[in-house]
Amino acid sequence: MSVLIFIDQAEGHVKKASLEVLSYGAKVAELLNTSAEAVVLGTVTEDLSALGKYGVRKIHHVANDALNHFDAQVFTNVIAQAVEATAAKLIIFSNNIDGKAIAPRLSAKLKAGLVAGAISLPETGNGFTVKKNVFSGKAFATISLNSDIKIISLNTNSYPVTATEGTAEVVALNATVNAPKVRVTATNKVTGDIPLSEAEIVVSGGRGLKGPENWGMVEELAKLLGAATACSRAVADVHWRPHHEHVGQTGLAIAPNLYIAIGISGAIQHLAGVNRSKVIVVINKDPEAPFFKAADYGIVGDAFEVVPRLIEDVKKLKGLS
Amino acid sequence: MKILVCISKTPDTTAKIAFTDNNTKFAEAGVQWIINPYDEWYALVRAIELKEKDPTTVLHLITVGGADTEPIIRKALALGGDEAIRVNAAGHDSFYIASQIADVGRQGSYDLVFTGKETIDYNGSSIGGMVAELLDMPYVSLATKFELNGITATVTREIEGGEEVCEVSLPLVVSCQKGMAEQRIPNMKGIMGARTKPLKVIEPATVTELTSVVSFQLPPVKAGVKLVSPDNTAEMVRLLREEAKVI
Ligand SMILES: Cc1cc2nc3c(=O)[nH]c(=O)nc-3n(C[C@H](O)[C@H](O)[C@H](O)COP(=O)(O)OP(=O)(O)OC[C@H]3O[C@@H](n4cnc5c(N)ncnc54)[C@H](O)[C@@H]3O)c2cc1C
Ligand SMILES: Nc1ncnc2c1ncn2[C@@H]1O[C@H](COP(=O)(O)O)[C@@H](O)[C@H]1O
Repeated sequence: MSVLIFIDQAEGHVKKASLEVLSYGAKVAELLNTSAEAVVLGTVTEDLSALGKYGVRKIHHVANDALNHFDAQVFTNVIAQAVEATAAKLIIFSNNIDGKAIAPRLSAKLKAGLVAGAISLPETGNGFTVKKNVFSGKAFATISLNSDIKIISLNTNSYPVTATEGTAEVVALNATVNAPKVRVTATNKVTGDIPLSEAEIVVSGGRGLKGPENWGMVEELAKLLGAATACSRAVADVHWRPHHEHVGQTGLAIAPNLYIAIGISGAIQHLAGVNRSKVIVVINKDPEAPFFKAADYGIVGDAFEVVPRLIEDVKKLKGLS
Repeated sequence: MKILVCISKTPDTTAKIAFTDNNTKFAEAGVQWIINPYDEWYALVRAIELKEKDPTTVLHLITVGGADTEPIIRKALALGGDEAIRVNAAGHDSFYIASQIADVGRQGSYDLVFTGKETIDYNGSSIGGMVAELLDMPYVSLATKFELNGITATVTREIEGGEEVCEVSLPLVVSCQKGMAEQRIPNMKGIMGARTKPLKVIEPATVTELTSVVSFQLPPVKAGVKLVSPDNTAEMVRLLREEAKVI
């Protein structure tokens, strides 16, 4: 039962989420006493053999330019060919944006059970079970995969990237690549920012900040910490911040190592998107704000006094003042 | 033009999450049920807008669920849509649900299938992709905008740190999220009209489930917040560096 890991890349660069699944997949292969192989599609500018340090032994590369734009149907077809070539019984994806589009298609194609949003290693004591997030982070479920071929999509930021040593053998995989039906006509990147979904630290602001003109301090703190910025839905709804920054039940669900919430009340729908964060810091002038119940650290105080002070202290820490 | 919108029933966003039967079932007592927000606000409303623009559009809603989903599907019909189909089956295996939807989709020859981004209870984000595969259609996931020009759709989808615009010819499956449309409130005329709209109940096709839920668990309770005085932000920085080790 070999394990096949999908390496997701964009513009030739392997995504951080892929390093997580490589580390996870290698560990799963070790637990199952088998080898970890990987598949990558499209032109890659990085040295793929170096990914061997995450534990993968062989990487199948389909270096066809037609795969430089994403089409879930075409990708699924190619990955299915890789599954056949490697006789894999377990396929691992990141539950990131591309993973959410391909893993379900592959599941239906191969009649392979899928656990989408896995957060831990599989258990094989009693069947084959994997734990996943349910109820928008408010609970977990243990899911049994009952099919011969199985698929796991690992939530981002839920398994540490673990590098050791070794190189991977990179082999070209000769696959049939159909013409994509989805034609990408434009890509609009929010330049300079750290993608929110991949950020290890997130600084977020709510209606307590009173207006978009006050986001300077949020951005400054984020920049000092190498963090991405986020906001509550109330803030995105009144267009103080762009909608892609909105986190929560109806926005993005994130799981950074550190989430700093400034002037956010902590409504249950907001918490649903951030409660997987490892450490939560809340700054709010109301000691009764529900967010304090979900927080690890808190400051009861006026954001307009606390945040500038915090910025000075972080500068000191970073040796910048 | 024929559109199929997938509607699921979920607990209200503020519902208390608890489990019964030795942690194998969601505790439904006292829970308010709603249309899954992504299905209602984005998938359904955008489909209704398309029908408003081209009144020859036929708009069907589908739910896979027991008789207890009928109030939800009626509420969806009150917002808009011509008729609803309920596949009379319970269960949470995504492949099982997707297979039922794909069966109806195949028979109805729909040009466009809309799903929500994900259900807020099972968080699979899977049904759309599975339906697309089963129907051998292209799939654009996590769409934030959708425009139609003849049989060519222009769809904007989320990517890491931005968005991508793409063009696809119908037929097509799209999963919808924030940005697609603005939430609507059903009006009295819609509510009255929904009572007489057809709600067909059909029996499920035989499909083997690929996954099953073994048990549920609640997350461990947090130890409680450690408060730092607003005058002592330096202490906060120290804690984050030395105790939490996150900066
Ligand atoms: C179905 C549904 C889905 C939803 N989905 C989401 C979602 O995905 N994400 C989301 O965020 N919300 C969501 N909401 C909305 C949510 O219920 C809240 O309304 C929203 O999160 C509130 O945003 P807020 O905390 O910024 O604003 P408020 O609730 O207005 O809170 C502002 C906070 O700032 C504090 N404050 C004020 N002044 C200061 C100051 N000077 N210094 C420090 N603190 C200050 C106040 O004490 C207060 O706690 C959803 C709601 C529904 C019904
Ligand atoms: N039981 C169901 N009946 C009809 N549509 C569903 C059902 N479950 C999920 N869906 C649709 O599929 C989308 C994604 O669901 P999921 O893959 O469970 O996160 C939802 O937003 C709905 O549009």
